[in-house]
Amino acid sequence: MARRVPLFLLLPLGLLALWHVAVQARWVTEGLVPSPAQVVDSWHTWVFGSPTATLSPYSGTWLANALYSSRRVLQGFALAALIGIPLGLLIGWNRLVARLVDPSIQILRPVPITAWLPFSIAVFGIYDASALFLIGLGAFYPIVVNTTHGVRDTSLLLLRAARMMGARPATVLAKVVLPSALPSIFTGLRLGVGVAWTAVIVAEMIAVKSGLGYVLWDAYYVGRMDICVATMFSVGLLGFVSDRAILLASQLLLRWRMLEAHA
Amino acid sequence: MRPPVVAIDGVSKEFTKGERRVEALQGIDFAVARNEFAAILGPSGCGKSTLLNMVAGFDRPTRGRVLFNGTPVDGPDPRRAVVFQESALFPWYTVHDNVVFGPRTQGLPAAVYRERATTVIEQVGLRGFESHYPAELSGGMKQRVGIARVLVMEPEVLLMDEPFGSLDAQTRSLMQELLLDVWERHHQTVLFVTHDIEEALLLADSVSVMTARPGRIKQRLLVELPRPRALDVVTSPVFNALKRDVLALIREESLRAAREHG
Repeated sequence: MARRVPLFLLLPLGLLALWHVAVQARWVTEGLVPSPAQVVDSWHTWVFGSPTATLSPYSGTWLANALYSSRRVLQGFALAALIGIPLGLLIGWNRLVARLVDPSIQILRPVPITAWLPFSIAVFGIYDASALFLIGLGAFYPIVVNTTHGVRDTSLLLLRAARMMGARPATVLAKVVLPSALPSIFTGLRLGVGVAWTAVIVAEMIAVKSGLGYVLWDAYYVGRMDICVATMFSVGLLGFVSDRAILLASQLLLRWRMLEAHA
Repeated sequence: MRPPVVAIDGVSKEFTKGERRVEALQGIDFAVARNEFAAILGPSGCGKSTLLNMVAGFDRPTRGRVLFNGTPVDGPDPRRAVVFQESALFPWYTVHDNVVFGPRTQGLPAAVYRERATTVIEQVGLRGFESHYPAELSGGMKQRVGIARVLVMEPEVLLMDEPFGSLDAQTRSLMQELLLDVWERHHQTVLFVTHDIEEALLLADSVSVMTARPGRIKQRLLVELPRPRALDVVTSPVFNALKRDVLALIREESLRAAREHG
């Protein structure tokens, strides 16, 4: 492990150096792209505040905005999981439900969530509901699709084993199909949370007046590219943290699978 | 008189393979008496697993009937327990939870099945491995769990589908010994499917030799070797005479097949 640390740092540090040099040597238009140092400085002020700029919207407001976005992601994502996982289980398990619901999902799925934006604002207005709709919808597709796949991949042998031991359909679903589909469900959740972060930025840019997406668009309008870049990094960081959180949950729940991988 | 535990009555099975209809089994008549260890011996693809699946209730015959205690089989039932070719354990459960899956699912009180599980786990030599996951076990150990989880249900008939086929020779011998031992204890009714002549003769009271395409039962031989049996029975003259008979049957059949199919 110790030897791998410098290796993974090599690329980001190289890119950082390149960025710094590009700004210093004026390979990019001056004032358009901030230097890494400027971004760090502005980010610091944005997070911790500055006694000289108490009225600036970019002084000490980071946490509030990060929380707005995180809360929306969490709510939209939870909504998507609460609908997506049970529905995916039913689609994968029951042929009738699959024939009834699956085609509609497959037809609606290619519509990008960005294309839903005007519709969402028209229906839900410039409120949280609009953002939740977009985030929930975006995260719903990968969750439902991966859950369905997971259910359909359940080994016939295990299903037969359960039935031979007297398990009724509900027991088979809970004790065999669900655990068997769990790795796939977690894949769906990880993809879903990624889409949720994309959706929250898009929604906040246009459909609500708070959160990191709102700051990003606003900062762009007033020419604060340093804040734009700091926002990009913030979103990346939060996205990374939420992905790791789901990964950790999956590792705790799928201990048996880790054993299989090491066998 | 009580009916046989399992009775297969004029059973045929056809599959559709694209446009063609393939006859997998043709006119099978077969019965397993109570406390009998019956083996079905046949080459791969003769339909012996299909036959077993129909007794288990996973599959239905195209013609004929499969009876269990005189009643037509209608789906799987814990009284007809199956040990599969691959262990088919639930990888997310420990050995203990795999073993008690059946009784727990059937709503038996924990006080009853816990004691039974302990006994059975002891019998198959898995003590100390109760909290292991299947991924931590060898192939032979997994198959022991596969046997333990059905013995714990105290089924009326044990259906075994080449349960030791994927094990190495040494482990297979150990498992055969274990099964002989278990049989001595319970006189459990068993229907055992295999392609291994020695295995069939070593374990069973009767060996029914099957032919391939379409699968039919060519002949049923009684294995009159004294019990309890040990592995060294395979060197006895009676065993070898039986083996010769079976080999002759199989050879006759291959020659006929070669003539017919050119």
